Amino acid sequence: MSKPTLAVHKFSSCDGCQLALLNMGEALADLAQHVEIKHFVEAGLVNEDAKVDIALVEGSVVTAKDQQRIRRVRSNSRYLISMGACATSGGIQALKNLADNPADWIGQIYPQPEFIDSLDRSSAIKQYVEVDFELWGCPVSSLQVSEAVATLLNGAEPLDNQEKLCIECKRAGKICTLVTGGEPCLGPVTRAGCGALCPAFGRACYGCYGGAELSNQSGLRKRLEGLGLPPESIQKRMHLIHPDPQQQNER
Amino acid sequence: MEDKLPEFLFRNELQRLLDCLITKGFKVIGPKVEDGALVYSPLEQVAELPLGWSDQQAPGRYRLNQTDSVRYFHWANGPQALKPLLNPPRNILWQAKRQADGSLEFIVPDDSISPVAVIGVKSCDLSALALQDQHFLEGEYPDPAYQARRKSLFLVAVNCSTAASTCFCASTGDGPEASTGFDMVMTELEDGFILQAGSEKGREVMAMLPLTAVSESMLQQKQKQKETVFAAQSRQLRTIEKTDLAEKRAHPCWDDIAERCLACGNCTMVCPTCFCHHQTEEAQVNGVDSQHVREWDSCFGGSHGQLAGFQVRDSVKSRYQQWMIHKLDFWQEQYGRSGCTGCGRCMTWCPAEIDFVAEANLIARGEQE
Repeated sequence: MSKPTLAVHKFSSCDGCQLALLNMGEALADLAQHVEIKHFVEAGLVNEDAKVDIALVEGSVVTAKDQQRIRRVRSNSRYLISMGACATSGGIQALKNLADNPADWIGQIYPQPEFIDSLDRSSAIKQYVEVDFELWGCPVSSLQVSEAVATLLNGAEPLDNQEKLCIECKRAGKICTLVTGGEPCLGPVTRAGCGALCPAFGRACYGCYGGAELSNQSGLRKRLEGLGLPPESIQKRMHLIHPDPQQQNER
Repeated sequence: MEDKLPEFLFRNELQRLLDCLITKGFKVIGPKVEDGALVYSPLEQVAELPLGWSDQQAPGRYRLNQTDSVRYFHWANGPQALKPLLNPPRNILWQAKRQADGSLEFIVPDDSISPVAVIGVKSCDLSALALQDQHFLEGEYPDPAYQARRKSLFLVAVNCSTAASTCFCASTGDGPEASTGFDMVMTELEDGFILQAGSEKGREVMAMLPLTAVSESMLQQKQKQKETVFAAQSRQLRTIEKTDLAEKRAHPCWDDIAERCLACGNCTMVCPTCFCHHQTEEAQVNGVDSQHVREWDSCFGGSHGQLAGFQVRDSVKSRYQQWMIHKLDFWQEQYGRSGCTGCGRCMTWCPAEIDFVAEANLIARGEQE
């Protein structure tokens, strides 16, 4: 039996999720033994139109060319996983989706906007094609990626873990930054998966993994207001990595 | 078990107790100040104990401050006590290896347990331990890993000399003095510690220490300390009879709680009696190795209510009801008493500052604080 094949595609993004893959270290070497990696530009493998069993897609759709390309990626892939904030919710660049007049956004920034070929909106991958599984996070953690791929290779569907960061944080034995320091931690409304990285360093979660299931955002807003945070800074904090609330929803 | 008179250990001899436990092969765990909280963590020196530290707690708020007190144990509690030691947040149950012929070889993970001695355990947490024992050891299916850890555990309790605003163990009958479930119990006074054994192992350790007789004045100080802590507990959980909460699901208070509750699960994670867990399979990329893992779960999480393909608790209100009604009401049917031992952690570590006691009193008894 030939090895399963894998491709890593990049759309509008910072490449951080691809780096999370490269940072897998030994696990990446292990992965390379069990799958044939056809396309992974950050690792020097280029074959964009290869047909593969698993496609990992990083980045958001922001150009007309992207719109065409993501459809090609979809038709070339058996199982498509969007990974990272950009691919799952449009990413930081989806800030422009909130502009009063998105068509004019580029004109406000660039002196010669005619050279910029860009859509009015930054969109998650699922806005254009069917996505089989999503990995949230900015960037995703190496462990998430290897777990999802390993589960698929073993013939099972990956588990969509939408639990709150607080649960993961307490399992890791971390001390609550909100309770001990009044920090504006977004852990109670944020999806787990990072291993409580920020709280482990005494820093409040800023929500880069997106919304958890059954999130009480208005409850947390009121609580943070009670801690003395102005409503606009709470709003900014909640929209820092996933600015477009319409793309925060579940698939 | 109080068959022997208590004896006294001078403050400057406390290191002898730690040395003695280490000599006996125990890994010693005790309270330390870490990341702004009192955390039970490995230690070998008395200097690592929280000298002069005290805690201020309120719903949603925990602060430590250092005083010029000479005491090591003049505080109420931190976010965890014994639960993570006996029922670790993450535990590998078994490992599996796929063989060349496709069959699976199952491997029992190495769970060799090193004996642990915990110093500074509070009365409420001993009561909670008794409840965890009931669940993990006395049910139909005793948990072997829990059993092994439990058997090798040596407990040095300390009687509380202060109470946080969130403490209410006096009203649940679980403190503030430890009466059972320990190998040794200490009462800290200004000059040192009144010690009393609670088990044969405890007597053996005490026999190795340079102890002196306890004076009448020391016993009076001990009594006074206990009365002070009783009086300091302003918060009281009223008696809740079976069905007192279960029959009040229509009470308007639940909706009010659900607006504030973040369903983050922190209360259940820090609760010393909560034991819910889920199990997952972690397969490796190589297609050969896999492990089956048990992790703490929470009734506030989605996986807890995901049964037979659908979510049975799809609102914050229904999850809060599950937590409170199970803890205070259904536990009585299940384990013969309420699942609350009055430690107050569910309130302190609630990021939404929900006052569990006030809400329970209001719903069950209609009593406003």
